[in-house]
Amino acid sequence: MDRTRRDFLILGGKMFVMTSVAAAALEHVIAGTPEKADSYRTADHWWAMLIDVEKCIGSGHCVRACKLENNVVDEPFYFRTWVERYHVDPLDMDHPAVDSPDGGIGGFPETYPDGRSRGKTFFVPKMCNHCADSPCTQVCPVGATFRTNDGVVLIDKEYCLGCRYCVQACPYGCRYIDPRTNTADKCTLCYHRITRGLPPACCEACPTGARQIADLKNPQDPVHEFLRGHQIQILKPQMATGAKVYYNGLDGSVR
Amino acid sequence: MKRFKDIEHLVRLAALFVTGVLVFLIARVELVPATFGALGHYRAAAIDDVRARPLVHAGQAACAECHVDVVELRARARHKGIACESCHGPLAAHANGTTDAKPARPVATPLCTHCHAANTGKPKRYPTVDIREHAGGESCVTCHKPHDPRIL
Repeated sequence: MDRTRRDFLILGGKMFVMTSVAAAALEHVIAGTPEKADSYRTADHWWAMLIDVEKCIGSGHCVRACKLENNVVDEPFYFRTWVERYHVDPLDMDHPAVDSPDGGIGGFPETYPDGRSRGKTFFVPKMCNHCADSPCTQVCPVGATFRTNDGVVLIDKEYCLGCRYCVQACPYGCRYIDPRTNTADKCTLCYHRITRGLPPACCEACPTGARQIADLKNPQDPVHEFLRGHQIQILKPQMATGAKVYYNGLDGSVR
Repeated sequence: MKRFKDIEHLVRLAALFVTGVLVFLIARVELVPATFGALGHYRAAAIDDVRARPLVHAGQAACAECHVDVVELRARARHKGIACESCHGPLAAHANGTTDAKPARPVATPLCTHCHAANTGKPKRYPTVDIREHAGGESCVTCHKPHDPRIL
């Protein structure tokens, strides 16, 4: 045999290099094309919403904008966000009268039909609270709904079975079944907008600035200044959902 | 001495077990979506599905890029805080310039009264009017220009 030890080592070295290159190439193929250059990093954000009840005029701009932006079913009982009008009678503060004609999509009638004069009236916009410990994601049997690392609760519409567990689990009534796909649906906090640096459609459309998107991980966000100077409440704190829709000026009668 | 008699029983059992495990593994690979579990107990690609949604509202910055005159006019007006698309409707198609999606002129009175009609629930300081008493049948834009609603 005329192969020297030197030849053998060179051959072995070549094979080693080729194998590792092939392995790296294979890994690249398996991983698929790298996602397009994207400056958005979930670890840098923690999204929340600030709703100033004292500024809300019940115009319904948010409801209309949301329906259009997210192609929500038109019928007036499918809402990702809606506005409720509360009337609190001072003689019965525990039982406010709440109405929300068509979710407030066309605004509100100028007066109550029975001409209530006593007490106070105010508007409360409602939406998914994007809970940090959301009950809806905990009950999903297949992992079709989840909280992202930047604090937004989303639905995987391809994977959802439409079993309706989450609709029942949400203490805020924010979910519904989309009749077109038979899957759960709800507010995404306009994830397609906030990840591109735009405010959600409801915040964009709100004429009085009653709704503000807030990135709690961004030290420059004006929300921090607002939180320092105001008393903030969340809905149903006793449910320990870690709700992240923060209400300013919320009356105690709101459920 | 033979330690196990009828050892083929054990072999068969083992083969059945191995087959079961293999069927499970193959089924798992086939049935679990590609990115499931990459970030948590969900399909990580679902996040991209949600993000892929096209914009419908272009956003205030997109409007201001071209309509500088209106932005300047509104900068001094009481309506300065309101985004264009709040009244004019979603116009991403118009802003992209891909279609001839020209915005329809909003119909004044119903739009104005959404915000400015007197209403039981509105905050005290917010400017409202009883529309019938204030204007009769007249359109709001007869006196008020929406971009700068002062009466000049």
